[in-house]
Amino acid sequence: MSEEEQAYEPKIVAFLCKWCSSAGSDLAGVSRIQYPANATPITVPCSGSISPLYILSAFNKGADGVLLSGCHIGDCHYIEGNYLARRKIYLIKELLEMVGVEPDRFRMSWVSAAEGAKYAQVVKDFVADLKPLGPQNKLKADRT
Amino acid sequence: MTKKRTGVFVCHCGNNIAATVDVARVAKEMSAEETVVYSQDYVYMCSDPGQNAVIQAIKDNQLDSVVVSCCSPSLHEKTFRDNATRAGISGFTCEIANIREQCAWVHKDRDVGTEKAIKISRSAVRRAGRNQSLEPIAVPVTRRVMVIGGGIAGIQASLDMANAGLEVLLVEKQATLGGHMLQLSETFPTLDCSQCILSPKMVEVSRHPKITVMTYCEVQEVSGSVGNFKAKILKKPTFVDPEKCKICDDCTQVCPVVVPNEYELGLTARRAIYIPYAQAIPASYTLDEDACLGLNPIRCGKCKDVCEAEAINYDMRPETVVEEVGAIVVATGFDLYGQENLGEYGYGKVEDVLDGLQFERLCSASGATSGHVLRPSDHKVPKDVVFIQCAGSRDPAQHCAYCSKICCMYTAKHASLYKHHVPDGRAYVFYIDIRSGGKGYEEFVQRTMEEDGAIYLRGRVSKLYRHNDKIKVLGTDTLTGQNVEIDADMVVLALAMQPSKGTADAAKVLKIGRDKDGFLAEAHPKLKPVESVTAGIFLAGAAQGPKDIPETVAQAGAAAAKVIALLSQATLSHAPTVARVRRSHCTGCEMCVTACPYHAIRLENGKAVVNEVLCEGCGSCTATCLRAAIEVKNATQMQVFEMIEACLA
Repeated sequence: MSEEEQAYEPKIVAFLCKWCSSAGSDLAGVSRIQYPANATPITVPCSGSISPLYILSAFNKGADGVLLSGCHIGDCHYIEGNYLARRKIYLIKELLEMVGVEPDRFRMSWVSAAEGAKYAQVVKDFVADLKPLGPQNKLKADRT
Repeated sequence: MTKKRTGVFVCHCGNNIAATVDVARVAKEMSAEETVVYSQDYVYMCSDPGQNAVIQAIKDNQLDSVVVSCCSPSLHEKTFRDNATRAGISGFTCEIANIREQCAWVHKDRDVGTEKAIKISRSAVRRAGRNQSLEPIAVPVTRRVMVIGGGIAGIQASLDMANAGLEVLLVEKQATLGGHMLQLSETFPTLDCSQCILSPKMVEVSRHPKITVMTYCEVQEVSGSVGNFKAKILKKPTFVDPEKCKICDDCTQVCPVVVPNEYELGLTARRAIYIPYAQAIPASYTLDEDACLGLNPIRCGKCKDVCEAEAINYDMRPETVVEEVGAIVVATGFDLYGQENLGEYGYGKVEDVLDGLQFERLCSASGATSGHVLRPSDHKVPKDVVFIQCAGSRDPAQHCAYCSKICCMYTAKHASLYKHHVPDGRAYVFYIDIRSGGKGYEEFVQRTMEEDGAIYLRGRVSKLYRHNDKIKVLGTDTLTGQNVEIDADMVVLALAMQPSKGTADAAKVLKIGRDKDGFLAEAHPKLKPVESVTAGIFLAGAAQGPKDIPETVAQAGAAAAKVIALLSQATLSHAPTVARVRRSHCTGCEMCVTACPYHAIRLENGKAVVNEVLCEGCGSCTATCLRAAIEVKNATQMQVFEMIEACLA
């Protein structure tokens, strides 16, 4: 990894569902598991409530990566919201590819309320995977 | 829309937040936000003076919205929303910025932590800037409760609730109530007979006018929410009419099928038609469809021929019923950690290695040996018995990481019972530590050691194998530093407790969380020990974590009290953060109607209409609507866009 890559800190917006992933991130906190501060969490009711517009908007406002994390498939608090989210992943990835943004800048994970360590690992891995991609400028409104 | 007047309150949480986050700077940065007219930091925002300071600030500055930067909303969202209501503004204008669990506790660098706390707080401020004043929606309450699991936890909860006047539906998967407690011989530390204390409660449940017992039934689906759940319950066919059955036992005399008896943990056999145990509730036989030769008079039909009461009916079919209840208590209990996981203790290879429950059946007067301790292989009285504690517990590398809590006590009980049955026998107990916290527990263990003369060896067993007609047990005594070799006649494993299969199934059906070990997760480890994260669903007994009988009974009572309090209200309040349709934008495409998991949206005159009582506010509709015509109140698209911007600023 070049020095430039090491110094670069990707900005991540993390959409976390209230019932599983946000609770999982709380558990990471309670367990004092340290992880990079690149991801700023936005707690939403359900991963299924995330419109592709939100993800594009995040890239538009300068995010280098977007994480969407929900309950494990079958465990959705709202019965089937995460199925709706899962269906959108492919759509979003294709959409990003079409406009020339690396699809890997969007990531979906399944983190339950009991998986604090997993949430920390998801963030760690995402940050590490985003570093080689460098800053995202394609969809950024202000490219200065 | 007039500009909001938001107040921001940043909590130090003692040093929990303040150690990593410059709270004063967070408060200062927030005051620069357009909508913020007041900001402060304080050492304990949730304390009485802290909450009063918020109320005072709301009044002094005519605040119409509040952001509290503190711990997780799961802890104090309610506190601060109630507090806002006390100050005369809608609680739903209050937002929590989680800068403890999601920030201060997971980062060490002060600059990094402060920056992130500012982003999280700013994001909450932007959201609050567009929050509407909302009032809770009143919904009617169904004053009935469903209890899942008919062990001691379910029985106790049912009785407590029924005695308070609630109608109770007790659903049990097995053919009889009683659960594992029914299998125990005596209970520690008083050595009173388990069935003698449980049976009267079972009878009371079955006779209680407010309790409907549904044995041999399984909950398949649950929909709805607190106050108004709908449960789909499968009634498995028993092929015997309990009203007609005279429990004369004629049928089992003629049944040609022999299968292992689950109630006796395989120590004895039963027939395809059976009664789990003599005092089963309901007092009736059950025909095991899987074991039966074919439910067909041409194939066998012996039981039907011999039944004078004409209670047997091969034409019974599974039946599904839908029941409406206002609350649910989950009391699905535990299973023993599978012996097959412990190869080093000879499972499947070495005879006379038993688990704790099997030993209970050997000691029980109603058990296979009528209460005589005999080893299963040759029915001889075992003279040297080795008890191994922590079999599967406290072993994060290979088995369960947690302590199963009751094994120290029940092993002491086993050793004591064995010595009472076989006074000239020797009982050896291998242990790691003795955990005997509980009223009269330590004294009981001491009695087992000193008066009953059980030999306690601090150390683990490395291996055991068959050697002639003995079991060679190799272990260490870490107190003397010596290896120990015992020629045992019988070995009893104190297997770990794990959540029952029924617990895993119930969690799936009810969509309630489980912890890392698979036990049902409580809403708060200290302050909400009997509540699940889903409102209206409560937890009791070993399904929530390893527990002994007194604790289980206490927890069941606590769960019952919570249900009684909940259902004593005439109406419940439903969160008003539900979907709202912007009629001018709606084209009536019905995408939201299909996406809604609660069937809360319908089309009226070509526009979507939301049933606010059914809506749970998940936002599935928002993400589906192409024209942003439907959104969740106080989590609108504009709010999310602004939060995204705040996170990236």
